Amino acid sequence: MTGAIWNLLLGLAWVLLSGDFTGLNLLVGMIFGYLALVLLEPQVDALKGYPARIPRFISFVGFFIKELVQANLRVAFDIVTPPWHMKPGVIALPLSARTEMEITMVANLISLTPGTLSLDVSDDRKVLYIHAMFLDNEDELRRNLKDMEHRALELFR
Amino acid sequence: MIDFIKGALLITGALFMLLAAVGLLRLPDLLTRMHATTKAAALGVILIMLASAMHFAEVGVVARSFAIIVFILMTAPVAAHVIGRAGYFVGSRLWSGTVKDELRPNYDPLTHELKSGLETQENAKRYPRDSDPD
Repeated sequence: MTGAIWNLLLGLAWVLLSGDFTGLNLLVGMIFGYLALVLLEPQVDALKGYPARIPRFISFVGFFIKELVQANLRVAFDIVTPPWHMKPGVIALPLSARTEMEITMVANLISLTPGTLSLDVSDDRKVLYIHAMFLDNEDELRRNLKDMEHRALELFR
Repeated sequence: MIDFIKGALLITGALFMLLAAVGLLRLPDLLTRMHATTKAAALGVILIMLASAMHFAEVGVVARSFAIIVFILMTAPVAAHVIGRAGYFVGSRLWSGTVKDELRPNYDPLTHELKSGLETQENAKRYPRDSDPD
């Protein structure tokens, strides 16, 4: 968090000093600020782990957009063609997320990808019940969901 | 070129919204309908917002478009989850083609207790505690 604030401050300083108040210039300033923080990281304890988080975040966003479009197309195809190809069902997914915050983020991400909708968490917070639209290959679906959970947790921890 | 991209974004966005509407009419039960409406509609709004940000290319409009995208991404899954959960527990029936339901056997409608199904393994495992007598 400290890293993100410093990055933003460095970006704003760049905008002020260069005198070009546009979003694109702010982005340039943020990139230079990020490079400066990468160089500073070994010497400042408060920045530990911040530089490694940004590439992970970008790759996660890319991965998520890919999943979103792919799954949306699949649902769309089933809606427009007359026979139903879907095999809906409710499955129980064991969670690796522990705190309430982590569970909320994981459940929201699962709800956001089409084809899966998180229904409820068990009372002991160990299992997430998910309504899935395509259960043709349950093992693969579970593997995909676990992969997404794993990537998301890596980001927040 | 940029006009072409903008047009493509607008048309696909509108198409996804149309699909959400068709899905709402065609799909057989509440939970599958939630799949179609929330997510296809959210993707449609996101694409249209991207197109408007590209068209105006002003700081104010771009910032507002991104704010709308972020808020849609934050609220859509929560709304879908709450409506789906409420519908399921109130007893809206699932489609006849539903292949499995792992929630029903773990839910107690009297006490509203929802078990995880892992209790038996968990109970068998017991770790020594400090308060154990020697």
